[in-house]
Amino acid sequence: MIQVAIPSGLRPLTGGALRVEIAARDVRGAVAALDARFPGFAAALGRSFAVAIDGEIVQDAWHEPLPAGSELHFLPALAGGA
Amino acid sequence: MSEAKKFRWVGTRPIRHDGVDKVTGRASFGADLSFPDMLWGRVLRSPHAHARIAGIDTSKALALPGVKAVVTAADLPKLPSVEAGGGEGAANMRDLSHNVLARDKVLYHGHALAAVAATSDEAAEQALAAIEVVYEPLAPVLSIDAALAPGATLLHAELRTRGADANLPNVASRIVFSRGDPEAAFAAADIVLERSFETQTVHQGYIEPHAVVARTNADGQSVVWCCTQGPFMVRAYCAAVLGLELSQLKVIPSEIGGGFGGKTTVYIEPLAVLLSRKTARPVKMVMSREEVFRATGPAGAARVLVKLGAKRDGRLVAGTARLWYEAGAFPGSPVQAGAMTVLAPYALDHFLIEGFDVVVNKPKTAAYRAPGAPQAAFAVESLLDELAQQLGLDPIELRLANAATEGTQAPYGPRFKKIGMVETLEAARAHPHYHAPLGPNQGRGVAVGFWFNGGMSSSAELHLTEAGSAVVATGNPDIGGSRVSLAILAAEELGIDVQKVRPVVGDTESVGYTDMTGGSRVTFATGIAVIEAARDVVRQLRARAAKLWDCDPAQVAFVDGRCVPVEGSGLAREPLSVAEIAGKMGSTGGPINGQAQLTARGAGPGFATHLCDVEVDRETGRVDVIRYTAVQDAGRAVHPSYVEGQMQGGAAQGVGWALNEEYVFDARGVLENPGFLDYRMPVASDLPMIDTVVVEVPNPGHPYGVRGVGETPIVPPLAAVANAVARATGVRMRALPISPPRLLAALGGGAA
Repeated sequence: MIQVAIPSGLRPLTGGALRVEIAARDVRGAVAALDARFPGFAAALGRSFAVAIDGEIVQDAWHEPLPAGSELHFLPALAGGA
Repeated sequence: MSEAKKFRWVGTRPIRHDGVDKVTGRASFGADLSFPDMLWGRVLRSPHAHARIAGIDTSKALALPGVKAVVTAADLPKLPSVEAGGGEGAANMRDLSHNVLARDKVLYHGHALAAVAATSDEAAEQALAAIEVVYEPLAPVLSIDAALAPGATLLHAELRTRGADANLPNVASRIVFSRGDPEAAFAAADIVLERSFETQTVHQGYIEPHAVVARTNADGQSVVWCCTQGPFMVRAYCAAVLGLELSQLKVIPSEIGGGFGGKTTVYIEPLAVLLSRKTARPVKMVMSREEVFRATGPAGAARVLVKLGAKRDGRLVAGTARLWYEAGAFPGSPVQAGAMTVLAPYALDHFLIEGFDVVVNKPKTAAYRAPGAPQAAFAVESLLDELAQQLGLDPIELRLANAATEGTQAPYGPRFKKIGMVETLEAARAHPHYHAPLGPNQGRGVAVGFWFNGGMSSSAELHLTEAGSAVVATGNPDIGGSRVSLAILAAEELGIDVQKVRPVVGDTESVGYTDMTGGSRVTFATGIAVIEAARDVVRQLRARAAKLWDCDPAQVAFVDGRCVPVEGSGLAREPLSVAEIAGKMGSTGGPINGQAQLTARGAGPGFATHLCDVEVDRETGRVDVIRYTAVQDAGRAVHPSYVEGQMQGGAAQGVGWALNEEYVFDARGVLENPGFLDYRMPVASDLPMIDTVVVEVPNPGHPYGVRGVGETPIVPPLAAVANAVARATGVRMRALPISPPRLLAALGGGAA
């Protein structure tokens, strides 16, 4: 199981829940599990997002594996300057 | 992951490999390439900030002598509104196409709507004048207030506010981050301050204007030479805008005369390709400085409303922030990053952050160094300074009392790993600058900055020569000394002299896919790829030594650039240097090349604390920065000179943002200062030597502890300068720039 922090903008879909526990092996699976439990979640999230897995930010994370017990946050995709 | 290690090259300051060519003028930049049969391309730009295009007639232009092609949006495929990755973040390819050439509407003064290729620059310019366009002018929307007003003219009739219950005019998206119960926490605070802050549109101000040459070969492949932060991005974006396969494009990056985020998209590149495909001749296009100002992406104006509640001892109990960022003509301001960074340096249990992405009739914004963060930090760091004054607290002590540390949950969700916020504050507090006396009309400002730093995808190849020297090939244009930094990493792993490592920036067909130079990611992420490629070479060196020694590779260790018998292996052999093994590589198995490709995780966030002293001339309102110290956590400074250079450059740009820089538009939306004479950036004589203190709190996500350093240093200066002015004058400037007329007016108002 993994812990998912629900972004503020998507909490109406989760009945206000801030965190949920789901079973998923990767980010794609997590989005599918969330969408199954909270219909419309995947569409509201879109495909342009980054994630943080146990505090590490990953862009383009669709296939990123989720270790058991990990914590997943959805973040906006970021642009950088340099 | 970070390894305790004694370094030979990391932390030293070798001369950069590209340095001599650059200081002697031999380096080849975007506009330096020409071909004998080349055509010149020019762009027709809108004289209106907002208008419907009723018709374009190019026939008279095409009939002029020397004119070989004219293109408009009708020559581009119509694209659906879908977001596509091009490296860093995502871009909407339909919007990108409409920015390259306007379709149906022009959305800012200077918006491109046709391009011409002719046998001379003069002929191309004459052809522009012969293109007939019928406009139906619309009211321009030139400010956040005008965009949000009920009944406002809409830039995009189909635009709906993503993330909001009700549609807001000209607002593309709303983003929210919240935790706890800020209102209840405010009620329990001893002091609550709420203030509104504004920043203006500013440009990155890179010295080199955008330039491109495109040549289409007989096989249908177009080769593009251009100055860019991302050759793979140029290939992807040109392919999308023109409806080409990636294999039909090859992009060769030139040297780059500055980017700062502004060269992370395309403008004239697809036009040059299209014109070269139409004419079967090379086409060269070079923007003028005026075009750069009018039609490339600046950082947008912003308004940030911040509210902070604290106890008498300075402990913050709650914060709220509402951010409105101008995106320019198409959605996509960095308001998300502004919302994510605005309170990130501080540990807060109760907050509400709300951001709005607002479209206006100005050039589409582009990334600018820590995009979105400086505007937000200006607000919260200014308010913290006022809070410190009202509570009678030292501004560094106030920040230390609230500083995020390892384990603090960032407002955007995850918990920080090891970070250096406290260490930069402590280093600033201990610096002689912080304790130096101030004279009359002088003040000292303190401000903190935060940036995430990026990871993303990189490839690296390391080729060993038969003499034991090496070539490191990567795909990141070198903006800030990354070549020598990557060479240092390879030299460190291989144990050879750094000058024996030649770093090469490859093109899209000679190196593996690599995301853009941006997000402060190259020395971190591409650096990890270089380290892994070097370790790949070391594995092969050990195997070759084992072959030469007729033993098992497990019996061979690699120490300080030499293969030696593993201790306790019982093997008695003289050490073999890299050069000795390389000299025999043909007979021991063939060439030795290392390779690595990865998507880097573990980018360590960057924190900085800046100290700024100013002196204010109360008669003129002029502000002089008389002393400046930038303190930053670099994790591990691979080449300290280029870390310091980033810190100094970011501080200088931030001082310009604070004191002088702003786009000045007239009521019709025409930019009135599209040149460096009237758009005043700081020059060397405007600034003191910017002192630097590099703090090293190793990033656990990198083998050497490296953190990105390029963006964080532009985050604190806006507030550091404003706070210094406030303490020098007693007048707090909450709108930038603090230019002489504005400050003089504020001082007069303060005296009345």
